[in-house]
Amino acid sequence: MKKSNIVIVTLAVTAAVAAAFWLLLVAPAFTGNEINLTRGVTDFAQKNYELHMVVLWICVVIGILVFSAMFVSIFLHRKSRGYEAAQFTHSTKAEIVWTIIPVLILVIMAVPATRALIHMEVAPETEMTIKITGFQWRWRYEYLEDGVDFISSLQADSNAARRLASGVDPETVDNYLLDVDKRVVIPVDTKIKFLITADDVIHAWWVPALGWKRDAVPGFINEAWTEVKEPGVYRGQCAELCGKDHGFMPIVVEAVSKEDYAAWVQSQQDQLAVEKREAERLWSLQELMDHGQEVYATQCATCHQADGEGLAPAFPALAGSTVTTGPIEAHIKVVLDGVNGTAMPAWGGMLSETDIAAALTYTRNAFGNETGDLVQPRTIVRIKNG
Amino acid sequence: MTTEHTHDTHDHAGAHASDHHDDHDHKPTGFMNRWLFTTNHKDIGTLYLVFSLIMFLIGGSMAMVIRAELFMPGLQLVEPDFFNQMTTMHALIMVFGAVMPAWVGFANWMIPLMVGAPDMALPRMNNWSFWILPFAFTMLLSTLFMDSGGPAAGWTLYPPLSLQTGQSFAFVVFAVHMMGVSSIMGSINVIATILNMRAPGMTLLRMPLFVWTWLITAFLLIAVMPVLAGAVTMLLTDHFFGTSFFNAAGGGDPVMFQHIFWFFGHPEVYIMILPAFGVVSEILPTFSRKPLFGYAAMVYATASIAFLSFIVWAHHMFSVGMPLSGELFFMYATMLIAVPTGVKVFNWVSTMWKGSMTFETPMLFAIGFVVLFTIGGLSGLMLAIASVDLQYHDTYFVVAHFHYVLVPGAVFALMAGTYYWLPKWTGNMYSEKWGKIHFWLSAISVNILFFPQHYLGLAGMPRRIPDYSTQFADFNMLSSIGGFIFGASQLIFVGVIIHCVYRSKVKATSRVWEGAKGLEWTVPSPAPYHTFDVPPPINAQTVAHADEYDH
Repeated sequence: MKKSNIVIVTLAVTAAVAAAFWLLLVAPAFTGNEINLTRGVTDFAQKNYELHMVVLWICVVIGILVFSAMFVSIFLHRKSRGYEAAQFTHSTKAEIVWTIIPVLILVIMAVPATRALIHMEVAPETEMTIKITGFQWRWRYEYLEDGVDFISSLQADSNAARRLASGVDPETVDNYLLDVDKRVVIPVDTKIKFLITADDVIHAWWVPALGWKRDAVPGFINEAWTEVKEPGVYRGQCAELCGKDHGFMPIVVEAVSKEDYAAWVQSQQDQLAVEKREAERLWSLQELMDHGQEVYATQCATCHQADGEGLAPAFPALAGSTVTTGPIEAHIKVVLDGVNGTAMPAWGGMLSETDIAAALTYTRNAFGNETGDLVQPRTIVRIKNG
Repeated sequence: MTTEHTHDTHDHAGAHASDHHDDHDHKPTGFMNRWLFTTNHKDIGTLYLVFSLIMFLIGGSMAMVIRAELFMPGLQLVEPDFFNQMTTMHALIMVFGAVMPAWVGFANWMIPLMVGAPDMALPRMNNWSFWILPFAFTMLLSTLFMDSGGPAAGWTLYPPLSLQTGQSFAFVVFAVHMMGVSSIMGSINVIATILNMRAPGMTLLRMPLFVWTWLITAFLLIAVMPVLAGAVTMLLTDHFFGTSFFNAAGGGDPVMFQHIFWFFGHPEVYIMILPAFGVVSEILPTFSRKPLFGYAAMVYATASIAFLSFIVWAHHMFSVGMPLSGELFFMYATMLIAVPTGVKVFNWVSTMWKGSMTFETPMLFAIGFVVLFTIGGLSGLMLAIASVDLQYHDTYFVVAHFHYVLVPGAVFALMAGTYYWLPKWTGNMYSEKWGKIHFWLSAISVNILFFPQHYLGLAGMPRRIPDYSTQFADFNMLSSIGGFIFGASQLIFVGVIIHCVYRSKVKATSRVWEGAKGLEWTVPSPAPYHTFDVPPPINAQTVAHADEYDH
């Protein structure tokens, strides 16, 4: 074959390989789907995005070179074209070159990679702290300085639509599986430290726009930090397999201006005061049943199921159970303290007295239990205060 | 040691053993004698290969359940807990039931034939190491029918989640123990055979690369299977006997399990891929009609990869909260793996360069391997970057990465090897037409299956979820379609094998492929029941590749 023809083949093959990479890496974006890492809204996320793109392009260039060489050979050096095989077996020079060049490329990549990692792992002085606790299958957020404390669960619409053969088209649900009942509200331009842990199994807290995920390990506290630059709503979800509803514990962070944040904290504290007052008054059975149904649906139904039949063998039925129809004191104790060695958490520290009393009343009267028992919020207050 | 060999050797004393076997090869008669009590490396190799093919189909059908549920958003087919059982079992079956036993099957069939040995060094143990497996996997699969369901905590069995498995957990742990025992015995056998049974003149650096990669794999297995056994035993006692190895409330540490698991787990992934490197290094020279480029470098690169596999485990755990220095160490060590892996890829391309190539099915699968494994290797390099891994980790990007190295990687190499040696095993040629159809369907569909998963992961879809947000719908549907085509294509593979064994009229010659070199091609096809009772001569005609002979 003439030398000029070989050059033409080489160029054509390289162009074809490059086109193939373009088809794989760029063209799918035209479908309107997101196909790449988010740039994010923190310095770290943006550093990560840039690093990701640098390494990706290095890989693409290496890929184009290697595959082009290979396909040029496949095209030119085939028996059907009458090509006679050469018989060389090695070339020390070439082998040294393709050992050293990759080492150099790696060193070049290692520099920004190290810098980004140090940026993440060496936390600056932070201005506020949020403790995040993962448990099956929701997140609890405690604002250590501001005294805000709540549980965030999958939003009710999504929760109903995601049941097996629910008949609800997920396309009709806003932010299907990525919406929660209570958002984590944070101020922008504030360095926030997260203390991340878990109650039962390992979870991982991940919001892509912040640029990282961190495992929530029971018995240990991991640290991470962030500083969000732009107000907005950022969605994520649990990233570590944590049991049957692993796919259903989303995270929604709402970054707001510092003023809005202060107002939000105030409203949370006011609400807490209202709840405290409410817990002291006497509730009617109907009030407790109505509120209890809501609490049950968001907190209890995941395991014990909406119809109270549970899911054998891990999650016992509440309909006709010896706990829900037995002595009230034992039932209250189970709910407040949880059951060791099972998935039943200690709700005493996580839900308000009113919520607990309502849920107790509801479960003692729904599913055909009909004990007629009524648990007043103030009873729970009294028991919790010993 | 083995009576059947002694009288054979007597028959053929001084003769060219390999030429005289067709007439009276002394196969035991009766199913029990032939298969249950067999000590013959070829029969045991066949057993391993058939077993792993069955496991491949079972594990594959679980993958079909997974892809069917993920076909569109919302739950249509299975409850989330059963979905988790499927992902867990799919991985356990594919890793321990399909890929690993398949490689042991290749080792059994080919290593004695490639080094000029009459059989494996320890034939009775060989029988035992196979026959443990059907029991181990029957037990593992039986957990799916138990009240508490099968394991659903992922094949990594991370506590505390895995400790929430019900009574079936004990069966899972015991099954893993049995697989480990089988693997360790298999590896001892491979090492003993390679180090003691080579024909005179078959020096270490004249061994075919497949033998080299298996030798190194066997050492990896012996080093890490006991570690896995220890880890699952600690899970067992935590679950049933009240210990607290992994329970913080009792002074333990759940993350310690991950360290122990991945100290096993990372070498484990090389256990699945190193023999693939070996097979591809046999096939590319044959169909390029040109010696393997850089034989010695290939051996050293394999050894380097094996060594590095022991010091990179925590790159699976960048998000658990490690000290900065630890993360840096594991990032740098992981990046280093790119160097010997790169050497291998460059050497394969150089082997093809200026060859005289033809493209029979084994060659097609080998080329597919080089291209697609390289893609998996490059995404692996991206994953090594610890800070960005805080984004990639536990997303579909990781799923895409390891399926690229395992499916069009390890599994394609297994298929390449099967097509390559099937004529030697059966004495018949397989259908080249259907082999090629199998290749093209597999190669195209595997990319439709796994490439979109890169996008899903980068766009934020976590792995191991049964249902997903609607923004991920398009590429999940595409991926599922690819998955169904890929799954169906494998039935062609089964058909081609059955046809080749029972129906094919085209007899294979002893060399089978024009460019084939190596001792296995000096014996007739099918390979007689006993081969190399007398050590074969080792020279430039019989050795596959050794630099000194290649001029």
